[in-house]
Amino acid sequence: MELEGRTALVTGASRGIGRAIAVYLAELGAQVAVNYSSSEQRAIEVVEAIKEKGGRAIAVKADVSNLQEVEAMFEKVLNEFGDLHILVNNAGITRDALLIRMKQEDWDAVLDTNLKGVYNCSKAAAKIMIKKRRGKIINISSVVGVAGNAGQSNYAAAKAGVIGFSKAIARELAPRNIQVNVVAPGFIETDMTAALPESIRQEMLKQIPLGRYGDPMDVAYVVGFLASDKSQYITGQVIHVDGGMIM
Amino acid sequence: MIFEKVRDIIVEQLGVDAEEVTLDSKFIDDLGADSLDIVELIMALEEEFDMEIPDEDAEKISTVGDVVEYIKAHSKE
Repeated sequence: MELEGRTALVTGASRGIGRAIAVYLAELGAQVAVNYSSSEQRAIEVVEAIKEKGGRAIAVKADVSNLQEVEAMFEKVLNEFGDLHILVNNAGITRDALLIRMKQEDWDAVLDTNLKGVYNCSKAAAKIMIKKRRGKIINISSVVGVAGNAGQSNYAAAKAGVIGFSKAIARELAPRNIQVNVVAPGFIETDMTAALPESIRQEMLKQIPLGRYGDPMDVAYVVGFLASDKSQYITGQVIHVDGGMIM
Repeated sequence: MIFEKVRDIIVEQLGVDAEEVTLDSKFIDDLGADSLDIVELIMALEEEFDMEIPDEDAEKISTVGDVVEYIKAHSKE
């Protein structure tokens, strides 16, 4: 298997896209740390799902915006698995509001989790990967970070920030054989998009050339490729998984 | 004693020969280190000597002798 002997940490892996990524990386042979912040039960279900298929996984709690919790999480992963080859920064939240109604706490919460969280985890992972002279960091951005979306200025800013951040560290870490790439999903069927009103969902559909929503597995397959040795010559890229919304 | 320990770390981190490492060796000019090498080296030294080297001190280090002097002055050992 492609990721046999590798270890991966997927943040925000208790549901949605993160869950699909965690399960798929395990299917490819990786040992997976399933990070969650509050949904412990769902994270344990993901671990069980992986174990049922013969994989190895653990659930690790941490609010990625909290440096102490992130450091404790990495320590736990290293104690359990002994190494870290792959980091997938997927954890993300939304606090949607039009700009003039957006509270500062909504802005801060989204930036803290979706952008500072990526910084916290990437920094901790880079310390491990630099020593080993290899590693894969895959950051999940969004079509919203590239094209914008009314009512999501905080989310768009954070997700665009993830792209700039990724390109900067891709350059920093390239001499140490660490590849950093971004996957930018469009509208994927998850709890996050299910929360949108039907009228908006219909409107969104018109903007998707392929005419349908994506499945979390559409994202997971790309992450699996970027986590594997098949993508050794790819770094600093943004791969859009959005049915053609961005061309 | 400190010099030998520091030399071993430098040899491992930078992949240079032990004979090349003297107290006068400059990390960037003589030992071919880049900025990321220096950061890694500082991390390895902190681990080996169980100490914290603040960024403002790390920036002043340019030769192997600087490192040895710094560790002599600040190490808990």
